[in-house]
Amino acid sequence: MKPAPFRYVAARSLDEALALKAEHGDEARFLAGGQSLIPAMNFRLAQPAMLIDINPLKELDYIRRAGNVLRIGALARYRALQRDAAVARHQPLLAETLPHVAHPQIRNRGTLAGNMAHADPASELPAVVLALGGRMHARSGRGERWIDARDFFKGALTTALKSDEMLTEIELPDLPAKSGAAFLEVSRRRGDYAMMGVAAVVTLGADGACIGARLAYCNAGEKQMLAGKAAQALVGRRGADKYISDAAALAESEIDPQGNVHASKKFQRHLAGVLTRRALQTALARAGAA
Amino acid sequence: MSEELHQVAVQVNGKHCERRVESRLLLSDFLRHDLGLTGTHVGCEHGVCGACTVLMDGLPVRSCLMLAAQTNGHAIETVESLTNDRDKLHPLQQAFHEAHGLQCGFCTPGILMTMMAFLKETASPSEAEIREALSGNLCRCTGYQKIVEAVTLAARRIGQAGAR
Ligand SMILES: Cc1cc2nc3c(=O)[nH]c(=O)nc-3n(C[C@H](O)[C@H](O)[C@H](O)COP(=O)(O)OP(=O)(O)OC[C@H]3O[C@@H](n4cnc5c(N)ncnc54)[C@H](O)[C@@H]3O)c2cc1C
Ligand code: FES
Ligand code: FES
Repeated sequence: MKPAPFRYVAARSLDEALALKAEHGDEARFLAGGQSLIPAMNFRLAQPAMLIDINPLKELDYIRRAGNVLRIGALARYRALQRDAAVARHQPLLAETLPHVAHPQIRNRGTLAGNMAHADPASELPAVVLALGGRMHARSGRGERWIDARDFFKGALTTALKSDEMLTEIELPDLPAKSGAAFLEVSRRRGDYAMMGVAAVVTLGADGACIGARLAYCNAGEKQMLAGKAAQALVGRRGADKYISDAAALAESEIDPQGNVHASKKFQRHLAGVLTRRALQTALARAGAA
Repeated sequence: MSEELHQVAVQVNGKHCERRVESRLLLSDFLRHDLGLTGTHVGCEHGVCGACTVLMDGLPVRSCLMLAAQTNGHAIETVESLTNDRDKLHPLQQAFHEAHGLQCGFCTPGILMTMMAFLKETASPSEAEIREALSGNLCRCTGYQKIVEAVTLAARRIGQAGAR
């Protein structure tokens, strides 16, 4: 199908884009990679009155190190992130996950910020940004603010962004020393959304015991989620298999998968358990656990 | 709502082209209907099938997920750019012909354009790399085996030609 009529504006400056968004509110949408928005418009699931194309705003196209954080601008595309040396070196979890997101042609256009703003609970990337403890930088004509990833995602296709705000940057802090991370998913076909996926991050103390853990899931509920209880169960433990299994079992019951044509709820929970165990084993090994 | 028009100046297959387009005109429809370049196929219009893949500034993109208005100042290449001589196919097309890399041919333009960019980046690809690069293009006829063989053949020939 074809999109319903709308007004198209190629933004000439960030200020212009923000002013237009403030003026038109929910009737207007920013156009980034278009890899979620245009399909929704072609199917008339979305019928915005105005598209504010931010692709001309080259100042938003960056991936930058600053101290011990990685700053990812709103126009940084998956392709650039996949080929960036700083991402590979400092945020290997993101680098490991990107090949699971869609296909090369989609990754040539899609942006991390567009993915965050779209906030599909089935997407791999909100889970990764949650597991990494990322922060979102939002701007509007009124000013700017930071939003923690855990306060950003509000449910399916819903975020903490106000109708006049743009997500301008995603900030990912380096993990502490002696940390390890892993992403695993099971999907029907390469590049498809996962039936279940997990991003696991663990940090070990000097004595080798776990001092911090985060487990985040995709397609595990109506909302992007961290399994807090399961992660907490690891803290203070050493990576013995028993504790990994306990955490996996907790995660299985803590998530709230909805089931779909590809996988029943029961199968999704089963996958979550298996993937959690495997991801934790890999993450612990990468953290240097004995 | 009144349909506003946008002036676009775009290079298509090396030729400069200026048109006025509606906001909601998809790049795929612009190529097919306005420019008559019907080699670009349209299967799903939601990014899944890959039949509409073209190159924008050298990179494969879904033309069904871009607006014609967005191409202002950019360069687009479609499957028509590969050859304009029926008797002299591009080496990639020739390899598809010889290795039976197509049956109905619906998926072929999108696959050729995807592989053009892939072979430029990856000189002697492994089978696994070829399959990964093909993952965003659906073919309902061939079962992919012959497509992989065709790409392997093309990569070898293009590599040899380059080495000479
Ligand atoms: C065939 C196909 C397969 C896919 N498979 C996967 C997959 O396996 N996993 C996955 O995670 N995704 C997948 N995707 C979706 C893809 O990752 C999208 O690129 C991504 O979800 C959206 O990013 P975008 O830059 O394209 O955003 P757009 O489509 O341009 O925008 C999405 C939404 O975010 C808003 N927005 C965009 N940028 C901003 C901003 N800076 N500030 C505020 N709002 C903004 C838009 O207004 C819109 O509402 C797939 C897409 C396709 C077509
Ligand atoms: S028509 Fe564009 S991907 Fe199917
Ligand atoms: S040859 Fe028929 S779809 Fe590929």
